[in-house]
Amino acid sequence: MTRLRALTRHRLFFPLVCLLLVLLLNVVVTVATTGSPGPFFQISLTNGALNGPLVTILNRSSELVILAVGMTIVVSCSAGTDISVGAVMALSGAVSIWLLGFGELKDNGYHVESYVVPYAVGLLAAVAVGALCGAWNGFLVSKLKIQPMVATLVLYTGGRGIAKVVADGQIDKVDVASYKWLGNFIQDADGHNLMPIPTAIFIAAAVVAVTAVVLRRTALGMNIQAVGINNKASRLVGLRSNRIVLVAYIFCGACAAIAGIIATSRIGGIDANNCGKMLELDAILAVALGGNSLAGGKFSLSGSVIGAVTIQALTTVLYSINVSADQLPLFKAIAVIVIVVLQSPDLKPLLQRAGGVFRRLALSAKRAGGPA
Amino acid sequence: MMRASKPWQGLKANFYGNNFLVLITVVLFIAIYVAGVFIYRDKNFGSLNSFFDMLNSNPGLIIIAAGMTMVLISGGIDISVGSQVAMYCMMFAYFMENRQANAYAMILIVLVTGVVFGLVQGALVAYLNIQPFIVTLAGMFFARGMTAMISPQTIDITNADFMALALRRIQVPFGGYVNAAGVYQTPFVYLSVVLALVGLLAVYAVMTWTRFGRNVYAVGGGEQSARLMGVDTKRTKLAVYTFNGFLTAFGGFLFCLFSTGGAVEKAQGFEMQAIASAVIGGALLTGGVGNVIGSFFGVLVQTTIVKFINFNGTLANGWSNIVLAVIMSFFIILQSVFAYVRRRRE
Amino acid sequence: MPDPLIRMRGITKRFPGVIALDGVDFTLQPGEVHALMGENGAGKSTLVKVLTGAEAFEEGKIFLGGSDTPIVNHSPQEAQTRGISTVYQEVNLCPNLSVAENLFVGRQPRRLAFVRWGEIRRRARSIMADIGVGIDVEKPLESYSIAVQQMVAIGRAIDMAAQVLILDEPTSSLNESEVRTLFELVRRLKGQGLGIVFITHFLEQVYEVCDRITVLRNGRLAGEYAIETLPRKDLVAAMLGRAFDDLAEIRVAGAAPTATTVPTVSARGLGVHGGVKPFDLNIYPGEVYGLAGLLGSGRTEVARAVYGADSHDTGTLAVKGKPIACSPRDSLKAGLAFCPESRKDEGCVAELTVRENIVLAEQTKRGAFRLIPRDEQEAIAGKYADLLQIKTASLETPIKQLSGGNQQKVILARWLATQPDFLILDEPTRGIDIGTKTEIQKLCVQLAAAGMSVLFISSEIDEMLRTCGRIGVMRDLAKVGELSGDELSSSAVMAQIAGGRHDEA
Repeated sequence: MTRLRALTRHRLFFPLVCLLLVLLLNVVVTVATTGSPGPFFQISLTNGALNGPLVTILNRSSELVILAVGMTIVVSCSAGTDISVGAVMALSGAVSIWLLGFGELKDNGYHVESYVVPYAVGLLAAVAVGALCGAWNGFLVSKLKIQPMVATLVLYTGGRGIAKVVADGQIDKVDVASYKWLGNFIQDADGHNLMPIPTAIFIAAAVVAVTAVVLRRTALGMNIQAVGINNKASRLVGLRSNRIVLVAYIFCGACAAIAGIIATSRIGGIDANNCGKMLELDAILAVALGGNSLAGGKFSLSGSVIGAVTIQALTTVLYSINVSADQLPLFKAIAVIVIVVLQSPDLKPLLQRAGGVFRRLALSAKRAGGPA
Repeated sequence: MMRASKPWQGLKANFYGNNFLVLITVVLFIAIYVAGVFIYRDKNFGSLNSFFDMLNSNPGLIIIAAGMTMVLISGGIDISVGSQVAMYCMMFAYFMENRQANAYAMILIVLVTGVVFGLVQGALVAYLNIQPFIVTLAGMFFARGMTAMISPQTIDITNADFMALALRRIQVPFGGYVNAAGVYQTPFVYLSVVLALVGLLAVYAVMTWTRFGRNVYAVGGGEQSARLMGVDTKRTKLAVYTFNGFLTAFGGFLFCLFSTGGAVEKAQGFEMQAIASAVIGGALLTGGVGNVIGSFFGVLVQTTIVKFINFNGTLANGWSNIVLAVIMSFFIILQSVFAYVRRRRE
Repeated sequence: MPDPLIRMRGITKRFPGVIALDGVDFTLQPGEVHALMGENGAGKSTLVKVLTGAEAFEEGKIFLGGSDTPIVNHSPQEAQTRGISTVYQEVNLCPNLSVAENLFVGRQPRRLAFVRWGEIRRRARSIMADIGVGIDVEKPLESYSIAVQQMVAIGRAIDMAAQVLILDEPTSSLNESEVRTLFELVRRLKGQGLGIVFITHFLEQVYEVCDRITVLRNGRLAGEYAIETLPRKDLVAAMLGRAFDDLAEIRVAGAAPTATTVPTVSARGLGVHGGVKPFDLNIYPGEVYGLAGLLGSGRTEVARAVYGADSHDTGTLAVKGKPIACSPRDSLKAGLAFCPESRKDEGCVAELTVRENIVLAEQTKRGAFRLIPRDEQEAIAGKYADLLQIKTASLETPIKQLSGGNQQKVILARWLATQPDFLILDEPTRGIDIGTKTEIQKLCVQLAAAGMSVLFISSEIDEMLRTCGRIGVMRDLAKVGELSGDELSSSAVMAQIAGGRHDEA
């Protein structure tokens, strides 16, 4: 009994239950449509690539996982959200492609046919752009003490604008095979998959692993939480909270850039209007679903990752019952409301009060109805 | 006596006061506009027609920015308004075109829907103490998804009553220009603009002259203090979101009069335009400070910039967003400087 | 004699584990200014909260006027309808609204549904004129000083037909001329027959404006006096008490500093504009230096300036003869440690575990990239948890789940873990049980014996006399004296704390 209680009190209990529920829903739907749960767990190997619903869920959630990692850190130390990550994805993707087809993009009808600069430079440039955007956000938040949402509203508005200008208002395509590796599979020259697992899963896993290791092998994790929980006390023990917040935003920007690289690689180009659209909200949702308070402080990275996968799993199950991409948000909204209402500490007293009112009503109704 | 001893003290107080931010916005708008009049002389930028065009294409934003300002003053935020607008447009389009609903009945239904939507959001914020950002994020998802549920297709409105309202022009007998073909162009505004401006003034009146409006300022200025002074803060917050739901539905109706159709992706990013208008118009996201009229000028500044970019013709449409971002940076940095000066003085 | 405005009889209020008020009586007459005095934890704010309905109480009765029916206020609003208004140190008004509007929030005069601004401005002007504050009522409240804001709060209270005005530390953020203006107003209101309860830590002000004094100590009534019958020294004695104690003398004679010893910390003319006035301070290795003074006398400000928690405007600071820059980070690296007064606001990192809270400062000292290995963290935390006998379920328990005394020990452990040369303890024993108090006092002496320097701040003089080799005395934000050796006695310290013109008797 006590062990059960300890289990339910664990930070990750609620997020995991959500994930399991959503997966269960997937199974139920699979059973309903195919008559057995098998297809949902099926993983097949075709043309050297793993396929199956579970692989797809992990693959599709990669960008979100990466964004959620950065968002978790930002939320923890600054008690606010970075709503610019979607726009930063588009911007860093656009800059990277612009650089890869430097000077020849327009002449080629907005197609990059061969790299003008090495591919690695393009990738590094994307990350640098993301970090720079993060630095701007971090500067506004830590130095100028602007609420994170307003501070990041600037790049939310402007970032996509710059991306459009960089992409010259076109959908820029990259026709080099290697460009698509990161969003799909690493292939040899003949188009055979060299890796059975989608590359994006590796990247997401790497980002999570590196972040987790850095947080665990240094005191940064503790310092970030300390700053988020009690800024004054942190200052007295000698922590430079401004610098920590700045670094957190830079990191979040870099994460957005990495997610942007994957997203552009998936479609083999940049659509500045749609790359990472609304993804900032999913990222915030992932953090909240992971059991992290949006008011900052204590955080669980694994919680956020679970949250991100949960969102993707929910998306998958909804798609499989023919909910369109446009209708999807409706169900997400219901999920969010149920979760936050259940988590609200004010729910219990309110229900008790409501219960009291009902009892009294029932009582007076009985009295009124009784003797007469 | 504690009379302010130096005459410049009063001036200074006003300078750092929040009306100063509104003043800067107004001056900025006039400056940009006058610049436009000179730069695009040949394109009739200075004509009344051109000015009215800006209003004609934004009746919805005017109302929604006013509502957003009210929410920001209370210390909250509502990011669901853009999706709500899309939902209301779709309701109009679907029920009038596919279900032959009466246009006037639909207006009423949409307004009631808005009130209910706001009421639910307000109850979650006020009585369950859930962060407004999260509640309205869910509201945003819900409304956008509901739009697609009603109909995934793009539907154009052809309903005669509705189109009559949409196309109803109010002409002004002066300030026009003669176009290239030699025909005099009479300036006009649509009925929707008149409704928007009336609505704007009504919101201003509510915020200025009713106890509810003043309580909103008090709650935003200090919830704890307001409670100690006898303000029912929870009920005030509930009322704020409910009223904003109504305004969003009204704004959605006006938006629909302009766009005359429903589609899932309508009014994308509208909430951020509204927040930007409010911030440019002098509202602080920390609450307690803001001015509904200021938000109107925020809308004007934004539309003028878009107009500039359009008139130029050679610039990619991304530029209007970039300029808007720059202007927003300018305003929030200005606000931050004011806050710093205020802290220093204490 | 008219009926008293308020009679509180035998008020008792318990918090878990503590009796905050123990059978306290309090009487307020019309037309008097009644000081409520006592050190921290004496129960004066609890008494006021009970009166205004902000806290419930277990035993006792409250009577209003001549009535024999006891009343209970359930909320400050209810108290207000009975004519009892409170003006707090932190002004509870809305800074963004105009002065006039603040006077009428929640009760604006209206015609139909519309607020009558003209009427509000007119009445606001007359309210402010009545209390003798001629300001522009249309400007936002935040454009005025705290003093004026407090006047506005008083104006609001009076206009709501208050008969009893409670001023809760209204002067702590006011300058001298502002205090004078406030007192003029207080006297005028007294003349109009209001009863005023005045809570303050400034003795001068009590003697300047009050008629009667009720002194509380440790939740009990220490006495009620007419102001003329209570010389200042006796007031201090009544407040601080001669707390009986069965604690053994634990002070060890610290090595007397010689002229050649380099002080661990040396401040020259250190001062903060609008804060503590420039002071000198030398603290030598192996001594416990006490800083005595009433709350608000500047003792905390001295500690904060020395540690660099607040930046100073004048003077220099040297650690072991070397000048250092002024920031907590530099101080930490130079071997300073600071246990702040406000445990909750500036000490505990609530959601982090006991272990994390203990290693936080040492970890920062070593640098974020040189993580202390987990087993070493546990060793450090375990060592100090044992040494200080921290009672916690485990080292992985969040600190917020610990009792106040144990939280205090964790914060102390945090600083001891940095093995500082100089340790500042600001009210380390406040709100903790007597046993823990003694432990902490003993620890101070032991640390000093091992060569550390300790700056010890406390409201309890006996505690300081037991532990400190020298005591500096603060009054009105200035260091007014220093006592050592044979001069150290509670009467000498109290005399210095009291100081001032009312020193007869």
